Amino acid sequence: MDKYYLGIDVGSVSTNIVLIDEYNDLVYKKYIRTQGKPIEMIKYGIKEVAEIYGNERIQGAATTGSGRYLASIIIGADEVKNEITSHAVASLTYRSDINTILEIGGQDSKIIIIRDGIVVDFAMNTVCAAGTGSFLDRQAIRLGVDISEFGDLALKSNNPVRIAGRCAVFAESDMIHKQQFGHNPEDIIKGLCQALVRNYLSNIGNGKDIKAPIMFQGGVAANKGIIKAFESELGERIIIPPNYDVMGAIGAAIIGKEKAKNQGYTNFNGLDLYKKDYSVNGFECEGCSNSCEVLEIKEGKKTLARYGDKCGKWSYKILS
Amino acid sequence: MKITFPHLGNAYIAGKAFLDELGHEVILPAVNSRKTLEIGSKNSPDEICLPFKLFTGNYIEGIEKGADTIFTVGSCGPCRFGLYPLIHKQILDDLGYSVNFIVLDAIREDFLDFKNSLSQLLGTTSLIQVTKSAKLAFKLINMTDNLSQLSNYIRAYAVNKKQVNKIMDDFYENAVQSFGANELINIINKTTDNLRDVKLDKSISPLKIGIIGEIYTIIEPYVNLEIERKLGELNVIVDKSLTPTKWLDHHVLSYPFGSKYETTKFKLAKPYMVDMVGGHGRETVGSAIYYKNMGYDGVIQILPLNCMPEIVAKSVLKRVAQDLNFPIMTLVVDEMTGEAGFMTRLEAFVDLISKRNEGRNTEIG
Repeated sequence: MDKYYLGIDVGSVSTNIVLIDEYNDLVYKKYIRTQGKPIEMIKYGIKEVAEIYGNERIQGAATTGSGRYLASIIIGADEVKNEITSHAVASLTYRSDINTILEIGGQDSKIIIIRDGIVVDFAMNTVCAAGTGSFLDRQAIRLGVDISEFGDLALKSNNPVRIAGRCAVFAESDMIHKQQFGHNPEDIIKGLCQALVRNYLSNIGNGKDIKAPIMFQGGVAANKGIIKAFESELGERIIIPPNYDVMGAIGAAIIGKEKAKNQGYTNFNGLDLYKKDYSVNGFECEGCSNSCEVLEIKEGKKTLARYGDKCGKWSYKILS
Repeated sequence: MKITFPHLGNAYIAGKAFLDELGHEVILPAVNSRKTLEIGSKNSPDEICLPFKLFTGNYIEGIEKGADTIFTVGSCGPCRFGLYPLIHKQILDDLGYSVNFIVLDAIREDFLDFKNSLSQLLGTTSLIQVTKSAKLAFKLINMTDNLSQLSNYIRAYAVNKKQVNKIMDDFYENAVQSFGANELINIINKTTDNLRDVKLDKSISPLKIGIIGEIYTIIEPYVNLEIERKLGELNVIVDKSLTPTKWLDHHVLSYPFGSKYETTKFKLAKPYMVDMVGGHGRETVGSAIYYKNMGYDGVIQILPLNCMPEIVAKSVLKRVAQDLNFPIMTLVVDEMTGEAGFMTRLEAFVDLISKRNEGRNTEIG
């Protein structure tokens, strides 16, 4: 029987589930759109894992992404890790000599600066989603282009249009303006890719020492137009890891593996957890003027955890 | 005179006891909350800094509870803070509240003015009386600051971090209900004992992180999303570069020379910043270097969105981080700040430092 380790990355746009083996090699990956229903999507993903690997034992599990706490309670994670560390661990496992990681996901983008295998600096987008995947998604819909063809179309253009990419709303109006002007879609798409990269580098990459080798990951790394724009802007070749779209989950799985090995056991609830019934209730605490939104996660009638309160009055977690 | 004042971190606790002693009726505004910010944002200019909006909220909440006098500090410059009292008075007048403002401006600007305001507050003109009361106030502020610092230290080692939070929450609750300096001192002593009884995990070797930036943001837990607690729960000992104690020491007790601690920071900042840039910009740069020299593992700068002096400091800090090979992270907060992203950054920063230290230890070993 092989040993497998589970990693789940619950992001705002997608939920990624991976299994890795003892050698950190990926054996299974699933990319699901979160659609605002993280619990259902986790169950849906775990169900598929159970159907294929139902007889194997999962020896460790960890979660990452903005929904990491929720996911960890449901699956019984050995470790809950932030996205930055998870991405860095995954990239370094793939190539230990990288110095820079560019990551663009659905609503997040990050840059991680690494020297000698150690994270020395990082940044995440703060106030604006103009440089992220959902922005591109939206513009593709507006242009009537499938997002998967977006990159190839961009490569066809020889004469990109300059689009104001500082802000998603302005970029959109600027793009409409260029359309009305009569520019062809390829040129607009390439212009958009360049605008996104410019925005990313000036916003998130601002003041960071971007040194080769550079790795680019996250859902947007599927887009050849963006890769090309990064290469011409940075003057360096960009490395795309084979599983660029699930690097966060892979990192989590590796971290979970190490944790489980160190502690000698796993907290994982087992693959049949998808059969259980989970529910989340939210309520506003009226104890003081902070009006915290408290969340309560239940498995059937049993309360698994409560969180979201500032004072700890409701915080509660069943210790297994 | 029913007196109220804006929140400045934990200063309200000492402030209340001090004013109790002077025989004023103190109307404490509710602790900063979402509601305070909503009221404040609605009645403040949109582009103004975050502290202004919270002050507005504090004043209105205080007035609605019956306050007729507002006590605050000002000064002409060196940042927008100096203009707060003037604009606030205007806003409150426009809203139809008629309240009396007692503003303590910097001593150097006009000593008589300073003394008059103080006398108005204290209800006496005797310099001896004023000095005596000021000493008491300073003692109380010092004690509450020391208590917060002790809780930060204990939290980093505590087996159960929530227990420390609970002790401190109880302290704030009891302190507000107490009357006068003696009662407060008793509560502080009792809380200190409770903190010392917390079970510690000696196997934890905590990181040390300094919080630097403009004073309001780093001492007001609602604004900095309780960064001290969040870091403490990640086994980090937190120290703040500015506290009411340090501020008073520099601006009042050590007048006109400034406290040793602050002047040291100016000296440290000198290679990067010769002059002041307003607000606490120069202090922020100096503090980063100060913490490095004190053997801290890293610093976090917190700034309220669009705070000019801190933005200047932020760009300078990049150089400082490079030159000293010292981890510095900047976090920007405003009323739109999401807690999830904030937490992710803190966790990643702590991971970064631990990994760095691991690397260093193996090199030495």
